[in-house]
Amino acid sequence: MSDPATRLTALGALASRSSQHQHPPVDRPVKIHAESLNFSYGSTRALTDISIRIHPNVVTAFIGPSGCGKSTFLRTLNRMNDIIPGTRVEGKVLIDGTDIYGPGIDVVALRRRVGMVFQKSNPFPKSIFDNIAYGLRINGMAGTRSELAERVEESLRQAALWDEVKDRLQTSALAMSGGQQQRLCIARALAVRPDILLMDEPASALDPIATQRIEELVYDLKKTYTIVIVTHNMQQAARVSDFTAFFWLGRLVEYDRTDKMFTAPAEKVTEDYVTGRFG
Amino acid sequence: MKRFEPLIEWALLLCALLSIGTTAGIILVLTIETFAFLREVPVTDFLFGTNWTPLFATPSFGVLPLVAGTVMVSAIAMAVALPMGLLSAVYLSEYAPLGVRRMVKPILEILAGVPTVVYGYFALLFVTPLLQQVLPGLAGFNALSPGIVMGIMILPLVSSLSEDAMQAVPRGLREGAYALGATKMQTSLRVVLPAAFSGITAACILAASRAIGETMIVAIAAGQQPRLTANPLVPIETMTAYIVQVSLGDTPQGTLEYRTIFAVGMLLFLGTFMLNLVSAWLRARFREEYS
Ligand SMILES: Nc1ncnc2c1ncn2[C@@H]1O[C@H](COP(=O)(O)OP(=O)(O)O)[C@@H](O)[C@H]1O
Ligand SMILES: [Mg+2]
Repeated sequence: MSDPATRLTALGALASRSSQHQHPPVDRPVKIHAESLNFSYGSTRALTDISIRIHPNVVTAFIGPSGCGKSTFLRTLNRMNDIIPGTRVEGKVLIDGTDIYGPGIDVVALRRRVGMVFQKSNPFPKSIFDNIAYGLRINGMAGTRSELAERVEESLRQAALWDEVKDRLQTSALAMSGGQQQRLCIARALAVRPDILLMDEPASALDPIATQRIEELVYDLKKTYTIVIVTHNMQQAARVSDFTAFFWLGRLVEYDRTDKMFTAPAEKVTEDYVTGRFG
Repeated sequence: MKRFEPLIEWALLLCALLSIGTTAGIILVLTIETFAFLREVPVTDFLFGTNWTPLFATPSFGVLPLVAGTVMVSAIAMAVALPMGLLSAVYLSEYAPLGVRRMVKPILEILAGVPTVVYGYFALLFVTPLLQQVLPGLAGFNALSPGIVMGIMILPLVSSLSEDAMQAVPRGLREGAYALGATKMQTSLRVVLPAAFSGITAACILAASRAIGETMIVAIAAGQQPRLTANPLVPIETMTAYIVQVSLGDTPQGTLEYRTIFAVGMLLFLGTFMLNLVSAWLRARFREEYS
């Protein structure tokens, strides 16, 4: 399975087969429903025919080798790719039944509902307080001074950061440790009360202890939010997620309950990947 | 080829030493002449006196009128260059399509290459008459017209350097803002602009220092009447224009009158030097923030 030619043949076989393995046979409500989604950066096709149903209040992990399109697909879910010139989307993404690429969609409102945490933590060069308050202010959710302070505290608590920073809310966010910065970005995203949280390799730049804290946080947050997390770390996917989607060369190869994906995957490529034979 | 290499190295070193030597020489002459001047005129009379009449029979050496003239023209220039320069920087960095940016930037930089004497006559012969149509009280020589023209002159500097500073703000910060539901305007003005703040401030200070040191425009269009006033409509004189006036006049060398230009020059040098230091320090800090 290591040389590209064999892989491509396998891919052809996959594409022509029915997509029975792309949807776990579960009877659950659907939060995000992508249908035959294609995506290109200019003339470069990055995603082909992605169809997936993502369920609410669970953690869904996207795994796959680097460059397979995990981030690209994640970013189609809050239309973050819109800001890259020359990109093209075909197909549908329904969130709560509404096509977010349909006419009359307010992208700004969409992004408030679908929060995002990035691979490289990106706190604003402002104080800790103002980082959280920013999203509330621009969305007209700031309210009175004390309401704002309350909301900031609540977000920091949700992100398990409050106790560490409550005495230095006015200091610069850039002075925090890497793990704290990433949790601040999570708190910032939670402050505007999204119902979906997209996380693109949120712990890839963190040490094991900071990583563990993020993972615990993800576990807690899924009670309230629908969480989609991209990771290249298979152990992490196995630890934190309920469902796992395996992407390969711009396609969704297999999508199922995480335990099934890691113990009895239907596709040979999935098995090779999760057992570490490539990627 | 190999043999020439040491030769070339020496030539380059010589050039470097030459420019350092020249600078050192200038500072040395400025210092010596300034001290000679200050032996005859008390430093407090010089710095805080409100009359500048060194060429009169009963001379007075209070430099404040010249300082005030310089500050007023520079302030007018900054009032023109700052808002326009910042707006154009925001537009170029955040809104303009790549093609527009690629075209406008070189044009702005050409604007920066126009000889200042051209700007000077533009102020005197075009802008002043134009302004006189709406401001009847405007004298033929005044601070307003050269101030505005100087603002146009330093605008490319403000715009170009501010745009560079905004471009240096990592894309991740913009994405972070968009992901929270920020509009393009909210992202540009409330995330990118503040994040580029120290870089933009450095650009503005550099521009201010250019305005303070600018000579031709004011020498041509602002007049030669040192006076302590806040009225931009009447003739004034800046420090630079005074230096030109005396250098080109027939004041004999070695006299006290002649030394005034070194004292004023020293003051000018210290002022712009300090501004440049602050600007360089801010730029270094900005680079640190995003390394
Ligand atoms: N901004 C971009 N412009 C052009 N191509 C891109 C861009 N971002 C990603 N790609 C390409 O799209 C493909 C998928 O990338 P990505 O979604 O980042 O993969 P992953 O997150 O799985 O590593 C890669 O081939 C990558 O080179
Ligand atoms: Mg990625």
